[in-house]
Amino acid sequence: MTTEGVPASETGAGDSLTLTLRLEGFEGPLDLLLHLIKREEIDIWNIPIAQITEQYLQYLQVMKDLNINLAGEWLVMAATLIYIKSRMLLPPDPAGAAQEELVEDPRTELVYQLLEHQKFKNAAQMLYTRQEVENAVWNNPPREVMEEAREVVAVTLFGLLRAFHEIVKRFEERHVLQVDQEEISIEEKIADIRRLLLVRDTILFSSFFTEAPAKQHLIATFLAILELVRLREIWLYQKANFQEIHISKGKPSGETA
Amino acid sequence: MDINELQPILEAIIYVAEDPVNPEQLKEIFPDESYETIETALRKLMDEFNSRPGGMVIREIAGGVRMTTRPEYHEHVRAYLKTKPGARLSMAALETLAVIAYRQPVTLAEILAIRGKKSSTALKTLLEKKLVAIVGRKHVVGRPILYGTSREFLVHFGLKDLSELPTLEEFAELAGEQH
Repeated sequence: MTTEGVPASETGAGDSLTLTLRLEGFEGPLDLLLHLIKREEIDIWNIPIAQITEQYLQYLQVMKDLNINLAGEWLVMAATLIYIKSRMLLPPDPAGAAQEELVEDPRTELVYQLLEHQKFKNAAQMLYTRQEVENAVWNNPPREVMEEAREVVAVTLFGLLRAFHEIVKRFEERHVLQVDQEEISIEEKIADIRRLLLVRDTILFSSFFTEAPAKQHLIATFLAILELVRLREIWLYQKANFQEIHISKGKPSGETA
Repeated sequence: MDINELQPILEAIIYVAEDPVNPEQLKEIFPDESYETIETALRKLMDEFNSRPGGMVIREIAGGVRMTTRPEYHEHVRAYLKTKPGARLSMAALETLAVIAYRQPVTLAEILAIRGKKSSTALKTLLEKKLVAIVGRKHVVGRPILYGTSREFLVHFGLKDLSELPTLEEFAELAGEQH
């Protein structure tokens, strides 16, 4: 598995000599800053920006000396730090002094970015722990499922059209009045279906149409389903002819791994 | 059917199942039983099964239930199976995954802004492992792709659903007193 090391080859140049070093687990500029802040036991709400900038640049120099390709974001952060440092050195704007509350500390944005980053690092640690636990449990290994057990009938286009026709008929019985239509694109419907299939493996064909506010939605949904079949993201089956149509993720069984 | 009759059948089904068994699947097998009955029987089965000090446990994963060995016995099970621990995700991949899990649906640019570094390699790994999926496109200029976590994500990390994740605020560490 690849790790995104420091020298994420932004330049793309150094053909074979790109050194892939992983510096003690910090992989980006924010990680290095957090490391420095923790090591120096710095109050994050009052970062001594001159000191931190100097240490950051020292690290950068060491990495350069080691011939590590520095990705662009390392230099962007260096520039940000130097900018904040210079802003801190400027005397407060006399015009702004009157409304002191409104003068923003130039460090604030960076601090929030660091705090946010820290949270996600901890969240990643939580995922790591969970992964360790899941690596330590077993469930029944997949067995050869007899083909008969999954015997289903693939849906023909005619079967599908018939089912759609039923749905439209039922819709028209319920809705006499067409209120002003909210536009919906097939693309949006495709996204909706994909989202649903993230949580469920199979969905009833008819359930897609129950809450449509207008006929146009029914058509968009129907076309979205056809498109997903074409892309082989879903397939349609029924237990027997004329029975409920199911939508299932992936390719028909037998083709799947 | 009586709950006491249903319970051992559910246990047998959960035992043979490859993937977490969800109430909808059970309802297909017991069309005459209400969801309430099925869920009560499931709950009772889990309570009883999990309170005995056995080597197996029934857990709620990805909207269903699954029977697994208990993690504390992994060393011996592994010794018997003669397997090594599976490949783990890198910290970079886990961090990217954390951002996606908590900020979904999210674009690559938004992930980059939070992590402060390029994340396309990590994202590619996550897509290959099907832990992350494309869930749509954002309605902004360029219509960037939106990513979200998949059902496989829940299974991989043994989660019942996304709400089982601790809130992001629980991970605040350095903040101390907010000023």
